[in-house]
Amino acid sequence: MSNSRQQLADSLRSNFADKLSSVKYEFREITAVVTVENYIEVATELRDNGEYDFSQLVDLCGVDYLQFGQAEWQTDDASRAGFSRGVDATTSAGRLQFGDELESISTQGSRFAVSCHLLSYSKNLRLRLKVFAPDDGFPVVPTLTGVWAVADWYEREAFDLFGILFSDHPDLRRILTDYGFVGHPFRKDFPLVGHVEMRYDPEKERVVYEPVTIEPRVLVPKVIRKDHRYIEDAQDEANGDA
Amino acid sequence: MPEIKNYTLNFGPQHPAAHGVLRLVLELDGEVVQRADPHIGLLHRGTEKLAESKPYNQTIGYMDRLDYISMMCNEHGYVMAIEKLLDLDIPERARYIRVMFDEITRILNHLMWIGTHALDVGAMTMFLYAFREREDLMDLYEAVSGTRMHATYYRPGGVARDLPDAMPQYEQNRWRSKREAARLNENRQGSMLDFTEDFTQRFPGYVDEYETLLTDNRIWKQRTVDIGIVSEERAYQLGFTGPMLRGSGVEWDLRKKQPYEVYDRMDFDIPVGTNGDCYDRYLVRIEEMRQSNRIIKQCIEWLRVNPGIVMTENHKVAPPRRELIKADMEGLIHHFKLFTEGYTLPEGEVYTAIEAPKGEFGVYLISDGSNKPYRLKIRAPGFAHLSAMNEMATGHMLADVVAIIGTQDIVFGEIDR
Repeated sequence: MSNSRQQLADSLRSNFADKLSSVKYEFREITAVVTVENYIEVATELRDNGEYDFSQLVDLCGVDYLQFGQAEWQTDDASRAGFSRGVDATTSAGRLQFGDELESISTQGSRFAVSCHLLSYSKNLRLRLKVFAPDDGFPVVPTLTGVWAVADWYEREAFDLFGILFSDHPDLRRILTDYGFVGHPFRKDFPLVGHVEMRYDPEKERVVYEPVTIEPRVLVPKVIRKDHRYIEDAQDEANGDA
Repeated sequence: MPEIKNYTLNFGPQHPAAHGVLRLVLELDGEVVQRADPHIGLLHRGTEKLAESKPYNQTIGYMDRLDYISMMCNEHGYVMAIEKLLDLDIPERARYIRVMFDEITRILNHLMWIGTHALDVGAMTMFLYAFREREDLMDLYEAVSGTRMHATYYRPGGVARDLPDAMPQYEQNRWRSKREAARLNENRQGSMLDFTEDFTQRFPGYVDEYETLLTDNRIWKQRTVDIGIVSEERAYQLGFTGPMLRGSGVEWDLRKKQPYEVYDRMDFDIPVGTNGDCYDRYLVRIEEMRQSNRIIKQCIEWLRVNPGIVMTENHKVAPPRRELIKADMEGLIHHFKLFTEGYTLPEGEVYTAIEAPKGEFGVYLISDGSNKPYRLKIRAPGFAHLSAMNEMATGHMLADVVAIIGTQDIVFGEIDR
């Protein structure tokens, strides 16, 4: 199993050398990052080439890398401030209030990525194909609906939740959020409590939308522990497995 | 001649056959469906976003509420993702307990499916039969976790506690006589495993009852045979998994092909359909219930003779025992850190998939090295199935739409997330 995965990674490296920006083998999974120009071409090849035969797109989702690797509570040094420094911070989406803006600091280059999971039934292999949208302000990625029909709804979902646009998509409507919803809720700069709340107004005899009244309430600060003990073990295991 | 126009019909979201909050905009030509446009999201709770603001363990409870017919299977997918990132080994006994409860959950789900599917198509009795058996399985959930549905029983590192030695008993009250209570408690005198074994002895007989009612039933066959046919080719394209894919003739089951926990030690078969219609999918699921019963029996046998721990002793992820907290400084620190901050995962991304009753339930977890998921994506099987509604329903009659919703085994908790 692990052998065939390694073979797949090697084969991807040699066959798509100039089209993939990286092929990683971590946690017994292969992640191939493809450039946006070659996205459709690589996907079609992965489906049609008998060597890969990725007949199914299992999953497709958007990712927002805006706050990747940013903690709310620095753990490197001792501090004089108490628990409140973790709770009061307004740097994370969970704590944003209505009208708050978040500075965009991206650590990975591009902010938005589309992550696809492919499954090959004949080879019994999985592959993660990732593509980063080049423009953070106006993220556009070509659609996969021509390659796998199931991409239709998954891309609608990624558009709805992240605002990633899929060019040539046949029917790019919102799917999960309310009719007339404004914004893209899974973006990291969208507050967890949302922007509006809804109630029935007996005087107007209809449903009305108003700014949210609930306070964001996140009790556990986000903590990153770089010193932690799993990193080396996990890497060793992945390499040993390979 | 009168002018004939297409008619647009709103089906749901408050319709008993919509299995939840499905709004289906149907374009009809007479009684024939020209286009079906499902509107979903009425139950969207943003589970994935909520998970981003909480430590890992606090999200397990949300998993139960995704596909609320197969609760423990969702938990399983989630804790497996965490365990994969942590590279955590879990005790053997916990693996067997998980497999057993995955299969109990599968039966639970398929009973709900057959009850509602048959009810929609017109067979009322099935619903009552199925709920009779579900009651016993719910009691098993209650025995191990204290709740009948949202168990939060699986934890990273194992399961919350070992199987109990006693079953909850019925009590006598104003509506239940002493004799009636005694009759209900008859097979609950022993341990939980005894009761489970008793259930597995009875269950094949119950499945026979369902089959007597439906398999050769003329009306049932008229409503399901050749309805919603999906070819193997299209099943791949449309992202079908689980019984929907097997109904189209693909021999694929993650429990066999990419075994997790101890499924590689289990002896069971994968039923496969041939035509890819509603009737084949019905036969597949019926046989799956029998196979699940077989797996449960094997687990009981093993669990009886192999006592042991059910939770990892790695106290970075699993809380230490009470005595340890009181007596040991390390234990106290572990307990405190675990419940205030949680544990951090290494930076990286994993995708784990399990064979949930409805198909492939996947969890895609991106961690940036913190104590909360950076991004959690839940791959719900029902989402892909429902997206095929247009293709499956086009050209069929309005009444067949109900049969197709039933055969897709739709639950909105997981589709809307």
